[in-house]
This record gives sequence, C-alpha cells and structure tokens, in this order.
Amino acid sequence: MVSTVHTRENILELLSQIADPEIPVVTIEEIGMLQDVRMTDNGCEVIITPTYTGCPAMGIIEADIKALLDKHGINATVKLVYQPAWTTDNITDAAKEKMKKYGIAPPVHSGCDVAHAEAHICCPQCGSSHTVQISRFGSTACKALYKCNDCKEPFEYFKCH
Amino acid sequence: MANIHELKYTYSLRMADNAWILSHRLSEWCSNGPFLEEDLALTNIALDLIGRAQAFYNYAAELEGKGRTADDLAYRRNERQYYNNLLVEMPNGNFADTIARQLYMSVYEYYFFMSLQNSKDETFAALAAKTLKEVKYHMAHAADWTVRLGDGTEESHEKMQQAINNLWMYTGELFEADETDTALIAQGLGVDNPSLHSLWETHIKNVLEEAKLSLPAANYMQTGGRKGVHTEHLGHMLGEMQYLQRAYPDAKW
Repeated sequence: MVSTVHTRENILELLSQIADPEIPVVTIEEIGMLQDVRMTDNGCEVIITPTYTGCPAMGIIEADIKALLDKHGINATVKLVYQPAWTTDNITDAAKEKMKKYGIAPPVHSGCDVAHAEAHICCPQCGSSHTVQISRFGSTACKALYKCNDCKEPFEYFKCH
Repeated sequence: MANIHELKYTYSLRMADNAWILSHRLSEWCSNGPFLEEDLALTNIALDLIGRAQAFYNYAAELEGKGRTADDLAYRRNERQYYNNLLVEMPNGNFADTIARQLYMSVYEYYFFMSLQNSKDETFAALAAKTLKEVKYHMAHAADWTVRLGDGTEESHEKMQQAINNLWMYTGELFEADETDTALIAQGLGVDNPSLHSLWETHIKNVLEEAKLSLPAANYMQTGGRKGVHTEHLGHMLGEMQYLQRAYPDAKW
C-alpha cells in the first residue's frame, strides 16, 4: 500500500500556490494571510488571517484551501484568527513588485496617518509621483483610488494598514 | 448575578448589534450615493462593519453555547432582543444626516476599541485591535465630509448643523454603563464608557470648530437601546432586513 506522508512543510508548500482571488498575481502566502499549518490526528488545520474583517475573499480562500488539500487526500479545516492583526508589512517585497506590474500601487509603509491622504504615491503606469487621491475607498476594502496628473490614468493604491 | 460567560455573551452581542445595524443602514446607500466614489466609500464602510458584526456574533454564539449561529443571531431575533445603541438605527436622512451619524459613531468607536484592545479577554482584545485600524478610516472619512459640508455653501452648512443638532440627543447613551458594563469593567474585560465621554466630546468639538459648526447645547438625552427599547425606526428596518430569512428559513445562496 502506497501512502504519502504529509508534513507541515509540504502542506505549506502546496498552499503557497493559492492565489489571492482579488489580486490573482500574488499568493495568499506572499500577502501574509497564510499564517500556519498545524497537523492534527486526522489531517491538518490551516490558520489564516483576514486583511480586513469584512473581506469577502475569505470564503473563497477557505474553499480553495480545502479543495486543493482534498485533491492531495488531506483532510483540512480552516481557522480564521485575528491576532496578530494583519498589516501591509506582511506583504513580501516580491509581491509588491508583482502588484505594481499588475497596475496596483503597492503600500509604501505601514501605520500611516489616515487623517491625511498619502501623497506622492508613484503611478504604477508611468512612475510619476505627481498623483492625487480621489477617494480613500476603492473597489475592495484594501485599496484607495488615485489619479496620475502626468499620464492622466486612474489607478488603485493598496493602502497602508 | 450573571456568570462571566453570560456577561461576555451580552457584551459581544451588543458590539455585534451596533456594527450590524449601522452596516445595514449604510448599505441602503448602495447605488444611491451622491457620486460613484462616495457610493463605494459608504459600502466599503458597511462591509467592514459586516465583518466586525460577524466576528462578534460568532464569538457571542460560541459563548452562549446553545448551538445558535451568527446568522441566527443576526436574523432571528425580534426588535426588543436587539441591543444596539439608538444612534445607529437612525434613518439615513439626507447625506449630512448620514455623515453626522458616522462622525458621532466612528469617533466613539475609535476611543472604545482603543480601550478594548487592552481587555483581558483575548478575543475582545484581538478583534478590537483589528477593528481599530478600520475605524480610523471611517473616522477620517466622516471628519472630512463634516468639514467640507460645514465649511461649504450656506445650504450645506445649514444642513450639516441641523444634522449635528438632530442626532445629538442619541449620543448620551453611548457613555452609559449598566450592570453588565460595570461587572466587566471591574474584571478588566470591558470598556469604562463614562470615562470616554470627555475624550469624545473634545474630539467632536475640534472637528466641528474646523467645520465652522457649533457644538449643540446640552439637552435631553434619549436612552433605551441597551435594554432593547428602540425608536420606531428599528422595527421597519428589521422588516426589510429579515424578510428573506423569515419567509424562507435557512435559505442559502
């Protein structure tokens, strides 16, 4: 009888392929939502953390995790944790670069002062820092709307959190 | 005297109800916003509030331990069994009314969750820390608009001042502490609401000053939400909000 023994490391590696449903060029690992995997008696428990409490992608991510592990014969449960609270610092530099190529300006730092619109966000299209905020809220909870005054293109900024 | 689980259940339910009812109100702006970006902003805030409500309802359900789910708590209770503050059930009114409600509530939540993140209850503390990050955006959004409308045209100034005045009587309730609050404060689990009053009022006063608006004079304060005694507006809202789950119990997407 052939059976594959799954380890925490190899499950984490499998999960590192899962893309963020909202920004498909980055994975849930790169964005910092994938926290840990704990082995249990009959499978494993995958620990994830939401970017924003109301993020509608969480349900899809949970289903994606279960489907992928099921395909590998692993019984998985998914646990949502809020501590430590997710921050944009958890996003890897490589993922920030991918976001930029995808057309989303990546977060410039963390713990920003939200009372003032973040200025000089570089346009992901032309690189100009001559940009202006249109709205603090965008198409998803994690993004704000900006406009480039040089190339005149609107763009989204993944806001600091 | 209720045991600690019951106290925490009530507390979690109250926080969930505040988020849930306000979220439904804001969702009523969907496709009715003054322009597209603002439509997105209000519904984004509503979404944060739904997420928060779900987290606190889940925790309440777990503390209760009777097999009820977050959905049961959200959709299967009657008006008198909701414990939200009266402020959040106030109708959207005109845009200034909504902004005044957002200003009062988000500034209150800012100080409330800032304090709750030090709770000895790990779940309360974790959810508070998470929520606080989101509330900062809600607060900045409301303050921006208060200034823009207050220091805008004669008409926008008048409407903003009217909204600030009209909702003032529902703010006193936010700083009350009943037996549940007192018991949880004593154990380092809950927030000392009365102590937040002066912080809140100073903050509001500063925003209003910048907006060239005046702080309403002290007057009668309406109360009752924490006891389930609501204004006439909540029942009408629940009628619409609960329709599907009442008409088609356990309906799923």
